[in-house]
Amino acid sequence: MIEWANTIIQGILTGGLYAMFATGLAIIFGVMRLVNITHGDLIVLAAFIAMVVIETTGFNPFLSLIIVLPIMFIIGYFLQRGILNYTLGDDLLPPLLVTFGLSIVIQNVLLEVFSADSQRLKAGAIETSSIQLTDGLSIGIFPLITLLTAVTMIILLQQLFNRTRLGRAFRATSDDPTTAQLMGINHKHIFGLAMGLALGLVAIAGVLMAVRSNFDPSIGPAKLLYAFEAVIIGGLGSLWGTLIGGIILGVAQNIGAKIDPGWQILAGHIAFLIILVFRPNGLFPRTRDD
Amino acid sequence: MTDYIQNNSVTSFKVVRSTPASRIGSIIGLILLIILVSFPNWGDRATIRLFVEIFYILALAQMWNLLAGFGGLVSVGQQAFIGLGGYTLFILTINFGIGAIWAIPLSGLICALISLPIAFLVFRLRGHYFAIGTWVVAEVFLLGFAQIQSLGGGSGKSLPIAIVKSISDSRAGREAAIYWTALFVVVATIAIVYFLLRSRHGLALTAIRDSEEASNSLGVDNFKAKLLVYIFAAFGTATIGALIFLTKLRISPSAAFDINWTTTVIFIVVIGGIGTIEGPILGTIIYFLLREPLSDFGTWYLILLGATAVIVMLKAPQGIWGIITNRFDLRLFPVQRRLKLKTDK
Amino acid sequence: MSVLEIKNMTAFYDDFQALFGIDLSIEKGETVAAIGANGAGKSTFLRSITGLVQNNADKFIYKGIDLIGKAAFDIVDLGIAMVPEGRKLFPSLSVEENLLIGAFGQRPGNWTLDRVYQMFPKLKQRKDIAGTALSGGEQQMVAIGRALMSNPDMLLCDELSLGLAPIIIKDIYGALPGIKAEGVSLLIVEQDINQALEIADRVYCFQEGKISLTGKPEDLTKEQIAAAYFGR
Repeated sequence: MIEWANTIIQGILTGGLYAMFATGLAIIFGVMRLVNITHGDLIVLAAFIAMVVIETTGFNPFLSLIIVLPIMFIIGYFLQRGILNYTLGDDLLPPLLVTFGLSIVIQNVLLEVFSADSQRLKAGAIETSSIQLTDGLSIGIFPLITLLTAVTMIILLQQLFNRTRLGRAFRATSDDPTTAQLMGINHKHIFGLAMGLALGLVAIAGVLMAVRSNFDPSIGPAKLLYAFEAVIIGGLGSLWGTLIGGIILGVAQNIGAKIDPGWQILAGHIAFLIILVFRPNGLFPRTRDD
Repeated sequence: MTDYIQNNSVTSFKVVRSTPASRIGSIIGLILLIILVSFPNWGDRATIRLFVEIFYILALAQMWNLLAGFGGLVSVGQQAFIGLGGYTLFILTINFGIGAIWAIPLSGLICALISLPIAFLVFRLRGHYFAIGTWVVAEVFLLGFAQIQSLGGGSGKSLPIAIVKSISDSRAGREAAIYWTALFVVVATIAIVYFLLRSRHGLALTAIRDSEEASNSLGVDNFKAKLLVYIFAAFGTATIGALIFLTKLRISPSAAFDINWTTTVIFIVVIGGIGTIEGPILGTIIYFLLREPLSDFGTWYLILLGATAVIVMLKAPQGIWGIITNRFDLRLFPVQRRLKLKTDK
Repeated sequence: MSVLEIKNMTAFYDDFQALFGIDLSIEKGETVAAIGANGAGKSTFLRSITGLVQNNADKFIYKGIDLIGKAAFDIVDLGIAMVPEGRKLFPSLSVEENLLIGAFGQRPGNWTLDRVYQMFPKLKQRKDIAGTALSGGEQQMVAIGRALMSNPDMLLCDELSLGLAPIIIKDIYGALPGIKAEGVSLLIVEQDINQALEIADRVYCFQEGKISLTGKPEDLTKEQIAAAYFGR
């Protein structure tokens, strides 16, 4: 019994990381109506940038974010304005195929620069310390920090989207980029900022991932699939839905792994497909607008 | 457009699909086909093997192009059917004693049946999400087949020597048989796609690609047409997959359900020209021409391909074949109906 | 001196030419109506002024600034606001947020949320619901208020009366004199000729992308307008 409780608690904590993967993807889709196949590779890119920053400055992983985060923001802004803005329109092919091509380019550039070796960021004692709840039930400090970061980010993003001038501009541009221009909104700039914001979240996700587990240039697509599944399970309706989606995925994976280690990832995918069968619009579908 | 018609008083017009280029093309095609059919009789072994690979990659490209370029169904998970086709062939030959060559089309048919419930799942995801949804399904097969111990689990399985020998006793005979099968598959694939697109279904498909909303209002049964394309592409892809793993003689989940199958095919179709039959052919030729000299630079080759695909998609979304047709009005496989105006001026 | 002066404006949608050399000028505080049949080019003309439709002209000067080739979002900040055809409220924004987004450019001026609510009191009671949940007339009020929030010197209104009941149209047009009193120039596209003639200082009649007639309402006869409208 306590073993299962432990499995579920660990799954919920894992879900925090998946929610971090997913919020950026959700924002990119929410504002630009763009599904970014490069998303997973950008998470890995952020992890490698953090690795370089840590090697050169000696910062710890958390502190490295003060450099990694702005770098990813800038990459996002120019990626959107220089390339992705030109793919937007009624045709689905260009954004899909362009982000797919970019994904292969980023993976292979990372492979060329950093080799296929597995890497990990060292955060010190925090990695292994945990809070003992009862016998056989403990919560790792670092996974807890990850989950709390996800929750904090979602709260901040909701404030940004619902309460600020920029947030209104994001929503208005997402609704109708043409009419938004009549409000004095430069939609291309707004899209650039949204991608920058999303990659800022990717920076945090990348560092959290890199402290928690090994990474190498090839793991991007797997992270994309987790992020995607969390967003779809959540139902595109709200960022909280995305958090729930991430947690469901994390719990499913942990239960799968407990049955048989080979079933860990498979169980996550199957949970996603089952939800797709019974709730094709996800658990918290979008109610307003289209 | 209207100005053009008004200014040149049209006396008569007819709807044509054949072009002079296509007539010359069919003669050249026939000669080429004769050369290719006779090739195992005089070609060397390494080239025969290379041709087999070119044939199945081209056939895969045609199938993906049918799906994405004509049906608007951008799947990143067609490796699901390549792998399923391969495994089905192994099961049919090993467990049911079916002849290796006959097992190829049979694998395709079985996988077409399997594609129905898959379609039921992935068709719930629209547009962009469909793409990643198909990828998840392919991953499920990859991870799932790794759990099946009777098929060798994660390390895979080889085709028993008796089955290999049943195709032909000699190695040369085997390779020729596989060569002709591969040639038949690729010619049949192109022919079927060509005639499918010239049929009424083809018109419906073009309408879907051009505008989902418009074709709905035209009364085209969108969902049915898409489902048909999806199932047919599953049949074709699985048939090719069965052929691929008959040539490789060994199958494992990570080779069978490898995303790189789809990556390669997407690059070929995008660079060659999506939405045409000629595009994938041109793309395949370019892919193999570049691969031979660049294969030593594995990573850089992929970076180059990826970057080229991105640039093509941004600057010339009709691909290299599109650039050629715009400049020379050349069509080898005219699937579009074109209005020819006779004017007296 | 004219606030807006346009000479020989042309506009294209891809290969299709929609405007063939439009000349038009508007004085400060003046109300000008553009009338004409469906497809005559009135809306294209408004959208050209806002920069949403690519256009060219020998002269396209607003308050001394050349607007040729300027982006739509820059033109708003210069003081030209538009109430688009079909209202085009933002579905994910509440009524109040729709109004606030109008002030995105933070151009200084007299218009505030309170003044818009004063003009359209119905909106204040419903400020927190989604803009698109309102009736057509109320949505039109939001669209006008949203345009005013940018503190424009010139307001372009595209088909204000379209799809609205006569009593609501009266309400909407009743708000225009108050806006005019602020010194705002108005350029109105309207299919309802009587409504247009009643409010306008001058009218321009569009026909197949050209101007077929212009003048003050009191100087024009019904026959002249009919001829200019239907092209006989």
